[in-house]
Amino acid sequence: MPDPAPSPSPSPHAVPEGAHPFPYRHLLGIGGLRAYEIAYLLDEAEQWIALNRATAKHDDRLAGLTQINAFFENSTRTLLSFEIAGKRLGMDVVNMHAAQSSVKKGETLIDTAVTLNAMRPDMLVIRHDASGAVALIADKVDCPVLNAGDGRHEHPTQALLDALTIRRRVGRVEHSVVVICGDVLHSRVARSNILLLTTLGAEVRVVAPPTLLPPAIERMGVTVFTDFDAALEGAEVVMMLRLQLERMVGAFVPSPREYHALYGLTRERLRRAERNALVMHPGPMNRGIEITSDVADDLDRSAITEQVEMGVAVRMACLDVLTRGRRGVEGWA
Amino acid sequence: MNRLAIRNARVVDPVAGTLVEGGVLIEDGLLAAVGDVDDGLFRRSDAVADARGALVLPGLVDACAFAVDPAAAAAGGITTTLLMPDHAPPLDQPALIREIAAGRESLRVHPIAAATRGLAGQEMAELGLMKRAGAVAVATGRGWIADSGLMHRLLAYAAALDLVVVSHAEDAGLVRHAVATDGETATRLGLASAPAIAEAMAVARDLMLAEETGARLHFRQLSTAAALDLVRAAKRRGVRVTCGITPAHLLLSDTAIGPFRTFARLSPPLRSESDRAACLAAVADGTIDLLCSGHDPRGPEAKRLPYANAEPGMAGAATLLALALTLVRDGVIDLPRLAALLTAAPARLFGLASGTLAVGAPADVILVDDAAPWRIAAETLPGKAGNTPFDALPVQGRVLKTIKGGQPLG
Repeated sequence: MPDPAPSPSPSPHAVPEGAHPFPYRHLLGIGGLRAYEIAYLLDEAEQWIALNRATAKHDDRLAGLTQINAFFENSTRTLLSFEIAGKRLGMDVVNMHAAQSSVKKGETLIDTAVTLNAMRPDMLVIRHDASGAVALIADKVDCPVLNAGDGRHEHPTQALLDALTIRRRVGRVEHSVVVICGDVLHSRVARSNILLLTTLGAEVRVVAPPTLLPPAIERMGVTVFTDFDAALEGAEVVMMLRLQLERMVGAFVPSPREYHALYGLTRERLRRAERNALVMHPGPMNRGIEITSDVADDLDRSAITEQVEMGVAVRMACLDVLTRGRRGVEGWA
Repeated sequence: MNRLAIRNARVVDPVAGTLVEGGVLIEDGLLAAVGDVDDGLFRRSDAVADARGALVLPGLVDACAFAVDPAAAAAGGITTTLLMPDHAPPLDQPALIREIAAGRESLRVHPIAAATRGLAGQEMAELGLMKRAGAVAVATGRGWIADSGLMHRLLAYAAALDLVVVSHAEDAGLVRHAVATDGETATRLGLASAPAIAEAMAVARDLMLAEETGARLHFRQLSTAAALDLVRAAKRRGVRVTCGITPAHLLLSDTAIGPFRTFARLSPPLRSESDRAACLAAVADGTIDLLCSGHDPRGPEAKRLPYANAEPGMAGAATLLALALTLVRDGVIDLPRLAALLTAAPARLFGLASGTLAVGAPADVILVDDAAPWRIAAETLPGKAGNTPFDALPVQGRVLKTIKGGQPLG
């Protein structure tokens, strides 16, 4: 991986005087956050990158606190990232694989929230396959809740880690031209990224087959394309989305072959973008479908592994910030 | 002879379309005199109530409820309820119809039979036998009948029996797992949504079949401009079609579902602001024939869930009139017209003796203080459940007394 450029000059989104840098109990989504609040979380994440690259990766400021990762939907990467983030800050981390147990939906979700709460965790990290489920749980517990993805609604830490990656590689987020391509309809990653990038002043283009575009998406401040080549003109960042393979045949798109021909990111197609355009993907990738291996593995262009690295830093920052009130850190309610 | 008089009221006659000062006289459960009643009659009554200027109108006839909920009905001024067949088991047997049609002391209940066995949309139910048992109409229930051939036969068969077919209009193929209407709100919340034309698609087909068969078709609840345009045009052509709506679809748009408010999860879903405006216009121009509660009380086990997992439906009986009165205050329609939409129109459509202040009719009357302010509170709503999308809304207009068959309730 190329050494990333040093962090740019002071953020244009500095915390206004008298404002609290992050006045929220939970992180349930990017929606509703102000630019300086997002920038604050990104700034906080920067400090953890060096620690994560050091040999001794411990900062025990959260020692003694308990973090429960309750994943009602299967995930390996995100769960691992949250687990590592918590452990590097000294937390006792417990993983609950609710997707494999009988608790899935129904009133048991609130029952589960109440049960978890009774175990007095200091941080709950929740993933669920229903939009809004994490907010429902947050309503019933006393500790901070972090949304690790709810249905097709939001995935805030993914958007933050993407923004951090862009900020470090492109040098800025504001005024950057970002193309988001793929299954926008079912993607929480796309929603959170659209909210974050537009809030920070980026130009966001979404491109997908019409069957995979959410209705009225342009009202979220993006430009809509169905022609990938046209969308790529002048793009500085190309963010590819994972395509769920079960949506590939007949239902939403005719075939993987056709999808790749129209919406797959190839080296040739990438030439339409800016010369140094950054390629991103939240992973795991379907190689040869939404992205070809030569693009995905091109370290000069692809930031895919760096996104994973930034994920840990961003999650450490969120865990730290959200628990400051409980830890009695001065200035934090 | 048992005589009860109410004087000093403003009497709304939905059939005559009038609002006059006066009173009503009730003898042995029937209306004996209405309007400018002779003072002598009042003096000879066993009991005389002073309405102090409150409105008197017929007890409301709720053309669509999914539960028999006497407490909610009485609080809302409803004396007659048409019960939808969506029950466990569905009302698809004459014996079940007969049981429901026996009614309740505090509420007249008229069952609407399931049009298909088990409401499954596969085979026609025993419509003729259920009519004999007391069914006032047949309905497709909460779902649409996707099989056009079956719907064609159903309408033809019902036409011969002069039974109204009540249809739920949402094209199943378009709707599938959708829990909201296409638009910015659904997209921002990440909810599966369907285009609003799903309603017009279903309406267009059902209208063509009704026109072909000469059947009487009633759309339980319409909510989109496109569907109402189709109904408007069909009425002009002489198709025997009617439609209803709930206050929720007149007063709320899809923004009310944010952030994941399951009380606002309805079927059909809350629509865009422009569709809402079209619904108000359709009430004003007479395209919409009646207002109903859509009363579908649901407990917390059906509502305290992630939005997509929650059941659609709302408690509507207790708040029907108070919400409907906003149409009068906003100048959409006048008071006699509103009363007609809530009483005479549904009664006439389903062939009921209720919904009128005619002398000799059953004395189902309500007293309403149309100026009384109150605040809707989900937790304190009377009846089975408080899942109202209007929680905490200040409203004006309260039912003071509900009288059914001459007997004051509650």
